[in-house]
Parts: sequence; C-alpha cells; structure tokens
Amino acid sequence: MTVRPWLLCLIPIALAAQVTSDQLVNAALNPKNWVTYNGSYMSQSYSPLSQITPGNARNLEQKWVFQVESLQKFESRPLVVNGIMYITQPPNDVVALDARTGRAFWIYRYNNSPDARPCCGSINRGLAISGDTLFMATVDAHLVAIDARNGRPLWDVKVAEAAAGYAMTVAPLVIKDKVVVGVAGGEYGIRGFISAYDTRTGKEAWKFYTIPGPGEPGNETWEGDTWKYGGASIWVTGSYDPDLNLTYWGIGNPGPDWNPIQRKGANLYSDSVVALDPDTGKLKWHFQFTPNDPYDYDSVQVPVLVDTAWRGTARKLMLWANRNGFYYVLDRITGEFLSGNSFVKVTWAKGLDDAGKPILTPQPPGTPVYPGVQGGTNWYSPSYSPRTGLFYISAWEDYASIFLPQANEYKEGQRFTGGRPVAPIAGANNPSLRSGQINVTTEALGHGSVIAIDVRTGQKKWKFDMIDVTDAGILTTGSDVLFTGGREGYFHALDARTGALLWKGSVGGQVSAAPMAYELDGKQYIAVAAGHAMFVYGLRE
Amino acid sequence: MRIEFCLSIALCAIPLCAQDHAGQYTQADIERGSRLYALNCALCHGVNGDSISNVDLKSGRFRNATSDEDLAKVVANGLQGTAMPPHKFDTSEMTGVIAYIRSMRDYGTGAVAIGEASAGKAVFEGKGACLSCHRVGAAGSRVAPDLTDIGSIRSASALERSLLDPNAAMLPINRSVRIVTKAGKVINGRRLNEDTYSVQLMDEKENLLSLNKADLREYKVITTSPMPSFKDKLSAPELADLLAYLLTLKGIN
Repeated sequence: MTVRPWLLCLIPIALAAQVTSDQLVNAALNPKNWVTYNGSYMSQSYSPLSQITPGNARNLEQKWVFQVESLQKFESRPLVVNGIMYITQPPNDVVALDARTGRAFWIYRYNNSPDARPCCGSINRGLAISGDTLFMATVDAHLVAIDARNGRPLWDVKVAEAAAGYAMTVAPLVIKDKVVVGVAGGEYGIRGFISAYDTRTGKEAWKFYTIPGPGEPGNETWEGDTWKYGGASIWVTGSYDPDLNLTYWGIGNPGPDWNPIQRKGANLYSDSVVALDPDTGKLKWHFQFTPNDPYDYDSVQVPVLVDTAWRGTARKLMLWANRNGFYYVLDRITGEFLSGNSFVKVTWAKGLDDAGKPILTPQPPGTPVYPGVQGGTNWYSPSYSPRTGLFYISAWEDYASIFLPQANEYKEGQRFTGGRPVAPIAGANNPSLRSGQINVTTEALGHGSVIAIDVRTGQKKWKFDMIDVTDAGILTTGSDVLFTGGREGYFHALDARTGALLWKGSVGGQVSAAPMAYELDGKQYIAVAAGHAMFVYGLRE
Repeated sequence: MRIEFCLSIALCAIPLCAQDHAGQYTQADIERGSRLYALNCALCHGVNGDSISNVDLKSGRFRNATSDEDLAKVVANGLQGTAMPPHKFDTSEMTGVIAYIRSMRDYGTGAVAIGEASAGKAVFEGKGACLSCHRVGAAGSRVAPDLTDIGSIRSASALERSLLDPNAAMLPINRSVRIVTKAGKVINGRRLNEDTYSVQLMDEKENLLSLNKADLREYKVITTSPMPSFKDKLSAPELADLLAYLLTLKGIN
C-alpha cells in the first residue's frame, strides 16, 4: 500500500476548523477570505487585496453569475472561506458555491412560518461563520446553525414571536463562543432586543432589551406603558473591538414611527448606538442620535471602527453617517461625541450642540422635511479606507418627505406606524424601498451619490452623483478602487482617491447589497448581489 | 342600485363607478379603511397605490384577486414569494381595507362637474385637438402620454387639475427634454427613462431613442408642460363634457 502524497495534504485540511476565533479577530491578515458581513470586526468594508487597480480596472469582466430562485429583494452579502462562497437566497435558503465557477455544492432550504410578517420584504442580508458552522437569522425570527460542509441544520432556536411582528433580516455576528443577533419589527410595536447564543448548542447566553424595562435607567424616557411596544429594532450587523471587548450595534426607530406625541420622551435606546459587553450583554455606554424621533430615522447603520490620529492624538474612533443626515465621530471607548456635521441637506435640525444633540428646527406641519423618510443614508454598508483616510457613504441628496402623523392604537401583530410620509410633489410617489416602475425617481425627487469624507477634517473630499437613488453598500480595496452600485442597474468601479469612474458593468437590476472581495488561485474577485443574481467579476486574462 | 352604490363613495360628489364588483361600502367602512391603509399599506404601495411595479391598487384590477373575498385572502395571508406579508385584521377592519382599496381612486377628491361623454368626445377630437399629442386606442399621437386607460387610474379631480394647471399636475416622469448632440443634431422629445449615463425618450416623430449623455452637447429637462392650460380655451360645460369622456376611458378590455 502506497500512501499517495496528495492524501497527506487533504487530511489536515479536512480536520481543520474552517474559521477560528483568531481568524475572525485577524480577518485583515487573510484577505483571501471574507469571514464576516462587513469583512472584519472593524466593519470597514475594506479589502487589502490589490490586484485590481485604477490602472487595470477597465479590464474587469464578468466571471460568473448565480441566479437565485426568488424575486424578493436580494440583499445578501457573501462570505468566502477557502474557495467556497456562502450566500443566502431570499428569504432564508443557504447556498454553498464554488467561488471559482458559481456551481452549487448544496442548498439548505428553510421554510418560514406563515406567521412571518417582515415589514419591508422577505429579505436576508447574510451569514456568520465560526468553525465549520454557518449561522442564519430568519424572517420568522429563528436562528439556525448549519453545517458548512453538507448544508444540514445543526440547531434551530426561536428567538422571538413572528406573529407579534418580530422578524430577523440581519447577518449574525460571532464573537468568541457566542453568536449575536437582533430583532426587526419596528413597524409592528415590538420591544427590540439584542441576544447572544452558544455557537455549539444554540442556548441563549444573554438578552439586552433596547428599551429599558421599569426600574432600569432609561425607562423614564418613555411615557406610561409606551416602552412595551416602542420598537427600537436591529436589522444590520454590529461591530466588535477585541481589545476593549465591546460590541457595538445601531438601534432602529421608536414606534409608532411618525407620531411622537404617542411616546413623549427621548425614547432610549431608539435611534442610538449601544456598546455592550459581548460576554454578558451588559451596557457599557450609549449615544442617541435622534431623541423622540418623528421621522423614522433609524440608527441602523454599520458602526465603522477606525484607529487613527484625531487632532494629534491616537484614538479609537467610531464613524457614523446617520439616516438623520448628520455625520458623527465618536470615541468608542466612552461614547464621547467628538464632532458632527450634516452631509446632505438637513432641515429638521440646524446643527448639533457640543454634546452631539440636534438643535431642532421643526418644519411647519404638511411641509417638506429634509432628509426624507429613507434618510440621508440608511443601512447600506459604508466603507473606510486606511490608505486614503476617507470615509465613503451612499447618500440620498436633495430628498424630502412630508410627514403626516396619525393616531395609532397598538394591536399585537398589526402595523404600528402612526401615519405616513408622502412625496413633496403632488401625485408623485416618494422613492420607496425598491425601485418600482422605471423613472419614478428623477432629479425632482432627489438623487443618489457616493460621498467621500476626509476623516481628519470632516469635509467632503469628492462626490460621485447618480440620477436615481442608491441602496448599494460600498467596498474599498488595498489598491484604492471603490466598488458600488445603485438602483439604475450598474456596478461601478471608482478611483477611491478622486471619485473618477474607472469602469462600469451592467447588472440589469437594482444593487441593494454591498460588494465584497476574495482571492482564489492568486486572482482577485469582486462579488455583488444585484437584481436577483450574484455577479462575480475579475480581470480579463 | 348602481347609482346608489356610487353615491355612497366618500366625498365623491358625482356618480362614478370605478369598478364593477359585488358589494356596497359604507362611508364609515371607507373612512376606517383609509386610516388602516395609511398605517399598514402605504409604506410599500404608496399613498397612490401604485408604488410597486405592475400593481396599481386604484385601477381595481389585481393579478391575484378578482372578488372582494380574493382580496381579503391576499391581505390576510400575504403572497408567498413576494414582499406582501400577512396582515392581522378583524372582520370590520378587513371590510374597511377592502372598501378603501375599491374606492381609493376617487377617495378624497373634491366635487367636479361632469357633463356628457359623447359631447366630450367631440371636444377631445375637435376643439381640444387632444389627439394631436395624446392617443386613445389606435387613434392619435404617441408623443404625449397614452390616455386609453386614464379613466381607471385618475380621479375626476386629478384630470381636471391636469387640464387647468398642467405644469403643477405633471409628473416628473413625463417631462420634455431638449437635446443637442455633439454632432449638432437637435432632438426634442418626452423622457421615458434616465440614468447616470444615458437617457431614453420618444422624439417628436414617435421614434424611441436611447442616447449616451457623453455624446450630447446639451441636455435640458424642461419643467413646464408642453400641454396648454384649457382654463380659457374651453368653456365650463365643454370642460365638464371632456372630463366625462376621459372618465369613460378604461383600457382595451
């Protein structure tokens, strides 16, 4: 019996856990893989890969396409581990693909309960991985662990009650031996929470309510019983600082969305960022962006962590372009507000005070408020490049809504929105959650752009304008190429230093996810979900 | 019976029948439905009911429902494979939602004088010269929006507003564009679609054109409507007749 050399090579690979805790902490050291929703715990949506450059980006070409079996909005951002791509197919199937060819190894099909009632589409944003296990949050508010090798479910726990309006669309975040998720349902009068589960067993480790209960600090910011159904949902993945052992999550709107007189008070921790101990779920600090929000300005953005010099001193920063139209810099050790200014037209507040609180300028009832209901930006992953020192945002500019509040009695499982926003042009629809008929969004209703902000000065460095608005996230790379899309059906490569267009590809449908990068066989690839398909690009050979 | 039903529509001063279907809706049901629609439906469907591609709730035609019972099932259970979730309404709430959807085309519109459709057709084709730009069925021009089904998607008051104050009523989608190519060719037309790099339009000779903006010397979106106001061009009775005719245009079937 001769032992063939290739067998010796295969055995250790087969035994090794795919993604260890160390690999999650040090994701930047192995840019061939993409192991968390935003690429690393810092959530910079930055890949150090540098083969595709401003000089050769014109040679990009489509390498493969994978069509999903769903006409739901496709917001999944892939993970790639050792040549295998893992995506979610809306709403909650998991597909393992050969990252070289797009051919499927297996599909795990999850059937949601008919009780599931996600407000805004049966969508999912992606997976988490630890060891050989994938984790998916479902629209009927379950958390499922799946074997990454064969696509079989390992455990399935109910996180919350779907019939009461709880749903999950977030890509989970694994921190050490726990997987962390948060619940959506801010349009159904839920009481939001972030919770953590043992990665091996699915046993709940802790639960942090994003609305404090009676006796807890912050409960006094809700009048009467309004804390019981005040929303404060979570639907975008948080970040983690291993040195501080803190995990950061953006919290959604208070409910009912547009009728704040029904919930007098600041409504903590709605529209806030919270810093939690990932071992216990204990709150370390919070910062609220929009107290007693009447505009649905969720703070469900990705907390972007940056270590850089701030006014001459090395600091641990958190960058935050908020749906409310202001860009904030916070100290992520303490939550201290360092600076902030508007990045789009804002009329609901004239600025921020020394503590970062908005100086309110309420507009007369029935008149336009800037930014409109979908915000100056929203959940779309921004990017920070440590090479350029620029922070990149997908923005909606010159965009307003007229907010029409309406009394809304809470009933479990029913919408709890408290009114509606309308477009400032009579008869026209506001740009909605996805593009509908062609050309519904024109210059008259606002437009999309990519804005690059110099972190040192807080000033805009450059801007790339589009005609339609954009829900696409942003990726930057180690060769200063920026990738993004929009609703028009293009996938763009821009020069991250200047904003100049380097290349564009047609994807024929709305880009509602962020691109990501990986390397295989010594070649850099870029993947992005668009329309109802996953597109993968590389350089022409 | 038909007249009775129509008169019951909220705030609708004249007998308009948007849809032919079983059922009578009370003012209270429609009002309740309007509030529930705003809270539960408007986020996705839009206040006008037409935010989702190929779905226009005002038109009374639905891909997955014909009867009120069908509609109630879709609302209650949602539609698998689409973004439409299930909704938890009690019987009286559901009645209201259906009543409002069935009435929303004309809900909340003011009193509008409606004349005789046959006389209105004569104004449309004669004095108004509407067919010189608009099209109904196989007749007329395509350079302005096709009106074949305008009576099922616009209320009487919205149509009146378009005729009296076309600039204020025009949707951005329908704006005229004036283009000069780098080669010096002048193109006037109606915008059909636009993105960062290109524009699609219908020119004055009904040609469909798709142009790269990089090839253009001048590209101007004109915010005034090419249609004149008929405020002083038609008498009040002629306007009422014209509206009556437009409201009879319900599509090809």
